[in-house]
Amino acid sequence: MDASLLPNRFLNWFAERGWSPRSHQLALLDHLARGRSTLLIAPTGAGKTLAGFLPSLVELDMRSKLPPGSPGKKGLHTLYISPLKALAVDIARNLETPVSQMGLDIRIETRTGDTPSHKRQRQKINPPDMLLTTPEQIALLVSDPAAQELFAGVKTIILDELHALVTSKRGDLLALGLARLRKLAPSLRSIGLSATVAEPDDLRAYLVAQLDPEVRALSDIVEVSGGAAPDIHILDSEERLPWSGHGARYAYPEIYELIKQHRVTLVFVNTRSQAEAVFQDIWRINDETLPIALHHGSLDVAQRRRIEAAMAAGSLRAVVATSSLDMGIDWGDIDLVINIGAPKGASRLAQRIGRANHRMDEPSKAVLVPSNRFEVLECQAALAASKRGDQDTPPLRKGALDVLAQHVMGLACANPLDPLTTFDEIRSCETYRHLDWETFERVLDFVATGGYALKSYDRYAKLKQGKDGLWRIANQKIAQQYRLNVGTIVEAPMLKVRLVRSKADGRRTPVGRGGRMLGEIEEWFVEQLTPGDTFIFGGEILRFESMKEAEVYVSRAKTENPMIPSYQGGKFPLSTYLADSVRHMLATPSSWQFLPDQVRDWLRLQEEKSVLPTRDGLLVETFPRGNKFYMVCYPFEGRLAHQTLGMLLTKRLERAGAKPMGFVANDYALSIWGLMDLTQMCETGRLSMDALFEQDILGDDLDAWLAESHLMKRTFRYCAVIAGLIERRHPGQEKTGRQVTVSSDLIYDVLRAHEPDHILLKATWNDAAEGLLDISRLGELLSRIRGRITHTRLERVSPLAVPVLLEIGREPVYGEAMESILEDAAEDLVQEALA
Amino acid sequence: MSALNTDLAQFTVAPVCHDIQINGQTVGLHDSGVLWWPEESTLVVADLHFEKGSSYARRGVMLPPYDTAATLEKLAAVIEAFDPACVIALGDSFHDRDGSDRLPPAYRAFLTTLQINRDWIWVTGNHDPVAPVRLCGESVEEIRIGQLNFRHEPVETYDREKCAGEVCGHLHPAARVRRYGRSIRRACFVTDGNRMVLPAFGALTGGLNVTDRAFRPLFSARKFSAFLLGNDRLYPFTASRLIGD
Repeated sequence: MDASLLPNRFLNWFAERGWSPRSHQLALLDHLARGRSTLLIAPTGAGKTLAGFLPSLVELDMRSKLPPGSPGKKGLHTLYISPLKALAVDIARNLETPVSQMGLDIRIETRTGDTPSHKRQRQKINPPDMLLTTPEQIALLVSDPAAQELFAGVKTIILDELHALVTSKRGDLLALGLARLRKLAPSLRSIGLSATVAEPDDLRAYLVAQLDPEVRALSDIVEVSGGAAPDIHILDSEERLPWSGHGARYAYPEIYELIKQHRVTLVFVNTRSQAEAVFQDIWRINDETLPIALHHGSLDVAQRRRIEAAMAAGSLRAVVATSSLDMGIDWGDIDLVINIGAPKGASRLAQRIGRANHRMDEPSKAVLVPSNRFEVLECQAALAASKRGDQDTPPLRKGALDVLAQHVMGLACANPLDPLTTFDEIRSCETYRHLDWETFERVLDFVATGGYALKSYDRYAKLKQGKDGLWRIANQKIAQQYRLNVGTIVEAPMLKVRLVRSKADGRRTPVGRGGRMLGEIEEWFVEQLTPGDTFIFGGEILRFESMKEAEVYVSRAKTENPMIPSYQGGKFPLSTYLADSVRHMLATPSSWQFLPDQVRDWLRLQEEKSVLPTRDGLLVETFPRGNKFYMVCYPFEGRLAHQTLGMLLTKRLERAGAKPMGFVANDYALSIWGLMDLTQMCETGRLSMDALFEQDILGDDLDAWLAESHLMKRTFRYCAVIAGLIERRHPGQEKTGRQVTVSSDLIYDVLRAHEPDHILLKATWNDAAEGLLDISRLGELLSRIRGRITHTRLERVSPLAVPVLLEIGREPVYGEAMESILEDAAEDLVQEALA
Repeated sequence: MSALNTDLAQFTVAPVCHDIQINGQTVGLHDSGVLWWPEESTLVVADLHFEKGSSYARRGVMLPPYDTAATLEKLAAVIEAFDPACVIALGDSFHDRDGSDRLPPAYRAFLTTLQINRDWIWVTGNHDPVAPVRLCGESVEEIRIGQLNFRHEPVETYDREKCAGEVCGHLHPAARVRRYGRSIRRACFVTDGNRMVLPAFGALTGGLNVTDRAFRPLFSARKFSAFLLGNDRLYPFTASRLIGD
């Protein structure tokens, strides 16, 4: 690649540092010079960020040499979008170094939710050359009447961590903002920076306008090949591998040895509660008192920053962490990554390992620690994928309707909205090109008056169509309302955790105020605690004392064995790719040679006592145990899909008179138990497995269950907030005494009963299908296994069924039973009365 | 014999209620959230909040416009079942003071048919401090019938004499019970045998947990029972078994 694209000032700067520009950095310069939007795919440590900014730095340097007053000399030139405000701030700081070293006259500023309002105002009037910001801020800026003026001269937009951004509704919001920016700034070029993904073309299409319904437009692409292949292996433990559980406690001494042997180790786990437990237990065996820290998103921000600083300064030997993106920031000199538990996806694993290594020419070193036998299979599959370089990032999502509603309101706040040109603009997004006119009209109607079939709100409309056909906001208050509700992140309500003296000390002092703040914890978690319960948080065992005004009062517990919170599954289900690999592995005994002896023996035993699951079919086992009868099936489709399936099967079994009592699901299997002998029911023809798993279960049964499902209600709430139907709860605006907000559950009930095809219910359904209920994956499963169900009738539990059965009691057990909870609880009273 | 027949007829026709005593009067609590006073053939319903949806829509929050219809349908069903001589709406019958004026004509007509052949008493509430317009019925701030005293807001006192027989709404009581590690929250009646707070009847009305401080001035030392609304029955609990949100 020709280095002549770089002015001397830049070449000298590289030379002074003993560097030379990398070929992908020059390639990006070249593509941009030709006005082409470009996707850069490179591993961590390849100088991706500098590559993204280099074209802008060069252009801005040239611009600064124009005579004063020349057209295009001033104004916003480059936008940089990061998924995290902390990252934007960090990048700004890092850019200052080359800019000042080269003596470039470039003004760089950040704009996030934390930027003071006077500065934000000033940025609109007197913008910097480069603005580093977030998708939400872009949404806010394009909704401003001054957007045209502000953005008209923008030349480049850089989208960092694009592979992560596009998987969520924030990616939808950004896509829509980008479409508007392309219109406001006709010479805009997009740069996408991404880790390796399964389908680069998805991202290339995301970056450019889609104007032809038949042909997918793609940006240019620059790919940097892998760097050194990572050195990954599975921990070869001397210990007995557990059947189930997620703690990997058996491996702690070996993990500790690894920490001792390396300079700095990053220990990844899947959830906060796991991080707490691992941290606690490793400290228990930390005889050399190595500096080992804990890092997860629920800790107090100040504490997180301290740990990050200590890490960067090299004063820590290990950090136990959940893999929040939070950690894209400089982590110093990590030479080992340990991943406890299942990786859940091949690409996810690669990104975790890559994140730790900031020098691409050295291989990253990683050890996988499966916490149970099934996870050994999953780790093995991920390892094989990593060797082949296979990726399993999810396909590009379809743009969500609630986000679209929010965006439409934003556009109307900026300028009177022309429905036809807006429709075309929205469809120019790759993620919204499937949108049809009718749906768009319904979204517009929703934004204006709530979109109800009963047209009784016309006089209160937020948007009104003028004689010129344009839609305008009814008053300025609506724009204010919109600004307070921008964004797609609807946080689970968090409560502050405050340390106080224990009531249990015997001293009759009241629970004191003003104790130290330990961090924040999810509301649902606190809901399940009763005073006196102990749990781990922030690396300490705490005793729950009471709740006061959205604060959780806790004291230090004296116990060694806390009631550890139930494992809240990973947020991410097992990827379909890994699931298929695991099924394939199970069905192919010749591939077992790579597995540890214990696991191999376990599978052999399964072969002997029952049968092995096949790759495309479904194995169902039924057997008696204790005074109950069990059914275990092995779909390998991830916990979410299994939970939904469990819920539906239970309903069906209930109708068939099988008296199911509950079920438990993990990522691999599902077990249902009840009072009736399922084996016998099948033999007498009262029950048929084929009929039980028939696809029509996704029809009426699903519908009936969804009406009551709290998962669905939660999904609805998120959609209603994002779409702007109900307002966000802002901090400091807590409910006082009386219920002032309208519960979204009630809205959901009324809407379902009176307008079941309302656009917001459609949006909720779409989310549920992909998200919490994973219905789409369940649908694929049911069609895959049709006619391929193997039912084995056993005398006792099979080796493969042991893990999921062991989780009964540790995992939450699901079932309908809402009304029967009341009934049972009320029965208690009767018992009490009779005693 | 004829007495037995009358009893049987009542047993089959009248909806099943949970009978309790308030200030010496036997009243029935129904799982729909209404109170039935058989001796006076009077049906009591609290916090209908008609036109709550349109009240929010005026402020730009477009709640589903089906709340009035949903509440009316539910109300019509209980009125048909009990066929009362008198209905007392315990205040906050309309979500705001213009609510009765905004009531769409079809609903106004429907509501009027429910009022035919019976007395109807609108107790005023904090949301609707004025008498509804263009509707039948008598509007009062509070009303005493025999041993019972009907008003919207409870009087804050522990003095059993002062609040004896008080039947009110306003607070939208709801209660939470935990069992098997899961909790369930329902609207409920709250009573100590001396006074009674009814659950809100309106379709879009939320609930306030009975452990909230707003209930403290009503029942000394948390001595009360809650009757949680179930699908076809009520579930009684003493206050000590209830948990906060």
